Amino acid sequence: MTTMLQVATRKGAWMFRADANRKTWAVDGPHFLGHIISHMVLDPRDKTTLLAATKTGHLGPTIFRSVDEGRTWNEAAQPPAFAKAPEGETGRAVDHTFWLTPAHGNEPDVWYAGTSPQGLFRSDDGGVTWTGFPSVNDDKQFREWMGSEKDGTPDGPKLHSITIDTRDPNHLYFGMSGGGVHESLDRGKTWRTLINGMEVPEGFGFDVTKPDFHDPHCLRMCPSNPDRIYQQNHSGIYRIDRPSDTWVRIGRNMPPAVGDIGFTMTVHPRDENTAWVFPMDGTQVWPRTSPDGKPAVYVTRNGGETWQRQDSGMPTQQAWWTVKRQAMCCDTHEAVGLYFGTTSGELWMSRDEGKNWECMARHLPEIYAIEALNL
Amino acid sequence: MKVLVPSALRSYTESSQTEASGATLDEVLMDLDIQYPGIRFRIIDEQQKVRRHIRIFVNGVSAELLSQTMHANDDVVIVQALSGG
Repeated sequence: MTTMLQVATRKGAWMFRADANRKTWAVDGPHFLGHIISHMVLDPRDKTTLLAATKTGHLGPTIFRSVDEGRTWNEAAQPPAFAKAPEGETGRAVDHTFWLTPAHGNEPDVWYAGTSPQGLFRSDDGGVTWTGFPSVNDDKQFREWMGSEKDGTPDGPKLHSITIDTRDPNHLYFGMSGGGVHESLDRGKTWRTLINGMEVPEGFGFDVTKPDFHDPHCLRMCPSNPDRIYQQNHSGIYRIDRPSDTWVRIGRNMPPAVGDIGFTMTVHPRDENTAWVFPMDGTQVWPRTSPDGKPAVYVTRNGGETWQRQDSGMPTQQAWWTVKRQAMCCDTHEAVGLYFGTTSGELWMSRDEGKNWECMARHLPEIYAIEALNL
Repeated sequence: MKVLVPSALRSYTESSQTEASGATLDEVLMDLDIQYPGIRFRIIDEQQKVRRHIRIFVNGVSAELLSQTMHANDDVVIVQALSGG
């Protein structure tokens, strides 16, 4: 068994293929040099279809597709695009596709995509053509929750973390930055909000019951227990255990000097109680750097009751990078491999579930996303 | 008519210059898309607006409307706007 990493960056995409021991890595790239790649995903169902969400500084967004490990690429015939607005109304245009999710294992050619500004799309043909969900993209209530360009990240508001219940292809979740967490039980025909227990920035009088003010950064469903979802939010780290509809802020148990703000989170492939976060500085002007310039992963082994720092091998000072929401993941080896990519273009890995870290690549462009797949 | 394309679009045209036809600028861009599938959406968004960092010139004059009437001997130049640092 080997592992393949799909690395998406601000200036292109790379693939890293490991030997059986994950000791050496063959580098393949850049693909799409100079293109802004928000996400690149190799389909875990067929281990063949590879999609890359791209744009450039000048050109509009599209999706490229490869079925030969990236040797050749074909462009989507119909990339994600919003409906044309009626005459006299202002419509939205997709700036970039931000998130790609292969659908349920029983739906082999189905993919979901989240865009900026916030939109939800589905492909039923392996990424060749994409269709929007009017229940989200054109719904007045959703549009109100999405807000304007001011209600999102510096790179634009995003729909992300499209998550499918591994037991039921009709059961979907997604997050919006901003705009809350939402759930569908009928494959996206109707939706309900899932924000109980989530907090909002204090001191501004924000109404906690309104999705507008909620900014989930990353949702991760446990492969070993689809009823458990972890969340890294703008306002802390959470866990929910369905059928409960209330999130519990488990980040209160993080060291106060580090806090529980961050972008990314990943969960153990076989243990629902184990999850990792990469905290960042969310104080004052929101530097979005490692707290105090000392990067570290934090792990919980008990569902968030306690957290332990894991920084062996990482810089001990003056390291001001951070990790974006799609840029940390794990493989499924017996000793789980963890991977993260930094805003400064470094790729880090651990072969022992975070105990020890080493830098496996430097000098890449800013890393936006990493996916790992065992082949 | 002659259409000059910027380097960013040559993965579609494989040339800096191509030919297209149409009675309006919109039709010219449609014709380009038939010849080079996908190229139009990289230039024009789904609300039929020229993308923010793209400019289109017809006979040296910036074209603002896709409904602009075109003639067979017009020159079309698609440009990456000088919007970088």
